[in-house]
Amino acid sequence: MNLTLQVWRQPGPTAEGGLKEYKATDVSPDMSFLEMLDVVNERLIEKGEMPIAFDHDCREGICGSCGMMINGVAHGPSRGTATCQLHMRSFRDGDTIVIEPWRARAFPVIKDLVVNRGALDRIIAAGGYITAPTGSAQDANSIPVPKQDADASMDAAACIGCGACVAACPNGSASLFTGAKISHLGLLPQGQPERYRRALSMVAQMDIEGFGGCTLFGECQAACPKEISIDVISRMNRDFLRAAVTKPAERSGGGGDG
Amino acid sequence: MWALTLYRSTIGKKIIMAVTGLVLVVFVIGHMAGNLQEFLGPARMNAYAAFLKSTGELLWIARIGLIAATVLHVLMAWQLTQIKRAARPVDYTKREPQVSTLASRTMRWGGVFLLVFIVFHILHFTTGTVFPIASQPGDQFSHTDVYGNVVSAFRTPWVTAFYVVAMLFLLLHLFHGAWSSVRTLGLSKPSDHPLHRRISTVIAVVVWLGFSAIPVAVLLGVIR
Ligand code: HEM
Ligand code: FES
Repeated sequence: MNLTLQVWRQPGPTAEGGLKEYKATDVSPDMSFLEMLDVVNERLIEKGEMPIAFDHDCREGICGSCGMMINGVAHGPSRGTATCQLHMRSFRDGDTIVIEPWRARAFPVIKDLVVNRGALDRIIAAGGYITAPTGSAQDANSIPVPKQDADASMDAAACIGCGACVAACPNGSASLFTGAKISHLGLLPQGQPERYRRALSMVAQMDIEGFGGCTLFGECQAACPKEISIDVISRMNRDFLRAAVTKPAERSGGGGDG
Repeated sequence: MWALTLYRSTIGKKIIMAVTGLVLVVFVIGHMAGNLQEFLGPARMNAYAAFLKSTGELLWIARIGLIAATVLHVLMAWQLTQIKRAARPVDYTKREPQVSTLASRTMRWGGVFLLVFIVFHILHFTTGTVFPIASQPGDQFSHTDVYGNVVSAFRTPWVTAFYVVAMLFLLLHLFHGAWSSVRTLGLSKPSDHPLHRRISTVIAVVVWLGFSAIPVAVLLGVIR
């Protein structure tokens, strides 16, 4: 197949950027979207031009590195997949494809399609962990977890932090990401001691990073390669509201320095 | 202070919108039910209006509460819109909404229209200020004949049209808002067919039909 690409090119963080047109010829429908870009890049290199910069690593939808706006849709037209899992058979011969980086104040462009998603890491650093002495792991069955909670927690934990939720959101909100992280820990016994402090500090960091607020458009859950539900946002709001209004006392884990 | 914690956060601001929005939803349902007495004739309608006025301080407490709710609701909407604008300084050349509803996408501008409507509506039927231009020529505004005011107003086609369009915006606003407020407050339980989706749809449609019925009935001569 032969395609016309319109790709956002921007040499550096402060440089002016713009859409540039490229012809992608002899593309196999079995290629992944990133393989198609690899081919385009090889030809650019042969011509002595700068290849298109984009993030990628695992290329199997588990690392969260890849991500671009493809024809106005985060991660492209197929549902529940990351850009690396998108195949060229999702397009038709002769199509024009507009490719842009994630757009958000909190995601500054580094180069071309590569954006800095450090804001998401800082939200995790604000509370997306449990404070527990490490060491050898204890027996898996020593803390019973109800099946529904384990399943719901696992669904939230599927978040790979790609940032598609922010990219797709008309408000540029990181609520699905933050909600997923708060839910996946808050649903488990191990997450209880810091549950309410976590909600307050992760939400505060989310605001500091300059993400927008949630108005429940639902675009995030449609864009999410892991199909995480906006139910995690309700859960985040519930924990945040309880934390802000009733200031629940933290239950101490016992032992150690008490 | 917890109120300040809420005010300082995007989620808290949205929670304030949800609470004030629900206060307005309850009012809107009550207001609609009360207004439907226009169908029962001048005696019933004017007695109802006289009863409301007779409550004195209570009426003023309710009015101040509603004004406060509206002001907070609009203020939070405005602030969150500013934050949203700042959150994406460089926009996409192309962004295709995938699943968002028309209702969700018209919350902001529809809200502005509702605000204009609310101001006009109070100047029309509560104070009578715009009554002379928005009612039948020559008819006088009367503080005691509420029934007559309504009939005079809606015999004027553009006034009926304006109210019917405003109620369409209210339909959209409630279809999204009643549903989203439940989620904003974290009251929803995970489900594919949540009850609050159905209840919100019913509220939005009932309020739309109930309010629109009166001006349309007057224009068609059913209420005279
Ligand atoms: C009859 C009057 C009104 C009622 C009953 C009402 C009700 C509601 C409710 C229940 C919500 C949901 C809150 C949430 O999602 O947590 C909402 C949201 C909202 N309202 Fe109103 N509202 C009214 C008037 C207004 C006005 C006058 C404006 C603006 C000038 C406005 C702007 C908004 C906006 C921007 C949202 C947030 C959008 C979203 O959640 O997606 N509303 N409203
Ligand atoms: S490259 Fe790892 S998720 Fe796409």
